[in-house]
Amino acid sequence: MTQSIAELGQLERRAAWRAKILPAIGIILFLVIWEVAVRLLNIASYLLPPPTEVLVMIVEHFDALLKHSGVTAYEMLLGYFMAIAVAVPLAILTTASRSFDNFITPIILFFQTVPKIALAPLFLVWFGVGTLPKVLVAFLISFFPIIIDTAVGLRSISPEMIDLARSMGASNFQIFTRFRLPTSLPYMFSGLKVGATLAVVGAVVGEFVGADKGLGYMLLVTNSNLQTALMFGVIVALTIQGLLLFYIVQFLENILIPWHITVRSGQEHGTL
Amino acid sequence: MAEPFIRLRNVEKQYLTRNGIVLAVEKVNFDIYESEFVAIVGPSGCGKTTILKMIAGLIPYTLGEITIAGKLVNRPQINLGIIFQDSVLLDWRDVLDNVLLQIDIRNLDRKEYEPKALELLRDVGLDGFEHKKPYELSGGMKQRVSICRGLVHDPPLLLMDEPFGSLDALTREQISMDIQHLWMEKRKTALLITHSIPEAVLLADRVVVMTPRPGRVAEIIDIDLPRPRRLDRLPEEFNEYTGHIRGIFQDSGVLHLE
Ligand SMILES: Nc1ncnc2c1ncn2[C@@H]1O[C@H](COP(=O)(O)OP(=O)(O)OP(=O)(O)O)[C@@H](O)[C@H]1O
Ligand SMILES: [Mg+2]
Repeated sequence: MTQSIAELGQLERRAAWRAKILPAIGIILFLVIWEVAVRLLNIASYLLPPPTEVLVMIVEHFDALLKHSGVTAYEMLLGYFMAIAVAVPLAILTTASRSFDNFITPIILFFQTVPKIALAPLFLVWFGVGTLPKVLVAFLISFFPIIIDTAVGLRSISPEMIDLARSMGASNFQIFTRFRLPTSLPYMFSGLKVGATLAVVGAVVGEFVGADKGLGYMLLVTNSNLQTALMFGVIVALTIQGLLLFYIVQFLENILIPWHITVRSGQEHGTL
Repeated sequence: MAEPFIRLRNVEKQYLTRNGIVLAVEKVNFDIYESEFVAIVGPSGCGKTTILKMIAGLIPYTLGEITIAGKLVNRPQINLGIIFQDSVLLDWRDVLDNVLLQIDIRNLDRKEYEPKALELLRDVGLDGFEHKKPYELSGGMKQRVSICRGLVHDPPLLLMDEPFGSLDALTREQISMDIQHLWMEKRKTALLITHSIPEAVLLADRVVVMTPRPGRVAEIIDIDLPRPRRLDRLPEEFNEYTGHIRGIFQDSGVLHLE
């Protein structure tokens, strides 16, 4: 079989187009089947509302959704940034000092094993119904993938690379900034992406336990009022929020480590 | 004869492992003179990499003494270039920047060395690839970049640890020709570690043949062949040298020909 470059280009353009259009078709198909099934089978709206009704609810309650989204987004982002601010330096310290690693790693592992959701009620007791307990749950839950992946990344440098650096007279500081840190970025970013999707979960779990605002709170209220269509609207808002943070991080990744994007074979080394 | 440039005296290396002490290298003695090309051949695990790293000051030796230009080696040596089996290029730097990494880390003047880097890249057939990233290159091209990186700062000593190890036969031949060409042009003191007897004989002035673990020097052979040596025009003596080295390996039980 022969294939010209022009044909190859055409094939690639088609593949790119398919990659964009097929997911959209999939989603639309899913929504249509949902709509039709609910209407044909006469399913009660409080059990499963059709997508159109969810859409109407979202439009009708847009202001409330926006207000509560803002609250949850604030908690989520604060927890996420705290997690980055603590996890990355800790990961650096564990790779820099064996003793510190031996000291801190069991503690981290212990807290990782404790179900963070079980801690939420405790935070409520300690810190009340304010913002802090939500931020803390978001922080804890997104902390672990970030620290673990960053530490793995910092250790992934090859011994030859370090030998090479030392033969050039690189200082320890240079070895860290010029070799080790850039090598770790792809790993760090896979941790950051997993952490981003978890941070929103953390904020909502925090709100479930005790809150008077936020999407988690709205979820509980709509649930107890059997406003199922609006509840779906809240879920949509939550999903959008999580995806948005994820894509922002991915966008930063594309900018910061373009060399990795192009070679990546589509698999991630994320930890959950 | 002049003082040797590199001198190894009764050098011994023991590694401490979970299963006790491993004697990797035992009482190694040899010298490398200035502008000389020396190759070390020996079976896997006989301590070749260990010797190279000890000379580079990257790992300490247990006993004995290594000197370079009369100075005791007791810390990483920076007046040299190293080429590893793996090209260890930085993914985030393009070809030219990878070569100039040497210059950046050493705080030398980039402007002064850039023409030199470009010339080296041209010498190994990589002109036009200066601004490609490593993932856009083949394994052989990457290894050529790492050779240029090892030479760009004009070091008096070049250490090579199986630089052809991960390449296909055709690329190996081409790169060994590149190395011979570069060496004849610059006459750096060079130490090449290899598994391949023909490669050692092709490139070196002297070949250090090692025994299996613990690594000792079995014999040092002067290769008295005119340069440039070409694989398509090998003289009779070439096969005598390789045959002789093969014989040493047979005697030490490394090679069984039946
Ligand atoms: N860091 C280390 N710790 C413990 N033992 C080691 C270490 N490095 C090497 N050794 C041992 O020392 C011996 C020599 O190793 P070395 O890597 O120098 O061999 P080599 O001749 O380079 O082998 P190859 O041709 O396979 O590269 C081997 O038996 C190896 O197991
Ligand atoms: Mg080796």
